[in-house]
Amino acid sequence: MATVELRFSAQPEHVRTARLVAAAVARRAGVDEAVLDEVRLAVGEACSRAVGLHRSHGLTSPVRVVLSEEEKAFSIEVGDEVTGVGAADPGDGRPEGAEGAAESEEEDEMGLAVISGLVDDMEVSSTDVGGVIRMSWPATPPPAV
Amino acid sequence: MDLSLSTRNVSGPGGDRTVVEVGGEIDVYTAPKLREQLVELVNDGSYHLVVDMEGVDFLDSTGLGVLVGGLKRVRAHEGSLRLVCNQERILKIFRITGLTKVFPIHTTVEEAVAATD
Repeated sequence: MATVELRFSAQPEHVRTARLVAAAVARRAGVDEAVLDEVRLAVGEACSRAVGLHRSHGLTSPVRVVLSEEEKAFSIEVGDEVTGVGAADPGDGRPEGAEGAAESEEEDEMGLAVISGLVDDMEVSSTDVGGVIRMSWPATPPPAV
Repeated sequence: MDLSLSTRNVSGPGGDRTVVEVGGEIDVYTAPKLREQLVELVNDGSYHLVVDMEGVDFLDSTGLGVLVGGLKRVRAHEGSLRLVCNQERILKIFRITGLTKVFPIHTTVEEAVAATD
């Protein structure tokens, strides 16, 4: 069962909230302090990408973040509801000018590049309901009191 | 924490430099403000920029994209964009993405302003 599940409307201002929640839950789950920055950055990248995809496809549905404490790991799943988008094709038809669209696309690709550079255990998958980025980190849960 | 931006002009051995001091978090929400600032400076004829990132708490790929966009714009005018950063957590992101080869990164504003190559 997920430790914490978060749904937020696909607006850039909520990505920060997702970062803060993910870092707080990761800390509680026993993820090393030195790695929390990476968790924060990776979840932010995944959420930014999902927000971008929802907005560029005109979706009003929320972005879903599932934070799970497992036995010796902490995992995060960020799910979007955009179907038929592979990892290498983060979207098109952005409502910006040509230059802006090109820059956004570069940013999306850079987002995935940052995640894969940060997280050893990471996979991007696509189902018939949308895409999911799954990441996990080792964790040592604190002893129960 | 939101994004804070302030600019000032400084004279260096290579000519005038515009120092953009950035503070707070640069992410998907705040990066457009930084982009606007950089675009405005270039449109106003400031082609040699020093972006001081010492007050930045968080930087993601959207922020990197804005900096790359800024670099592209100043280069179109034979300008320069130098960064000032000593924070390991921020430098790491530049390293992961290979952007340390793209941006000259300095330890102080003075050093960045004095650089002429």
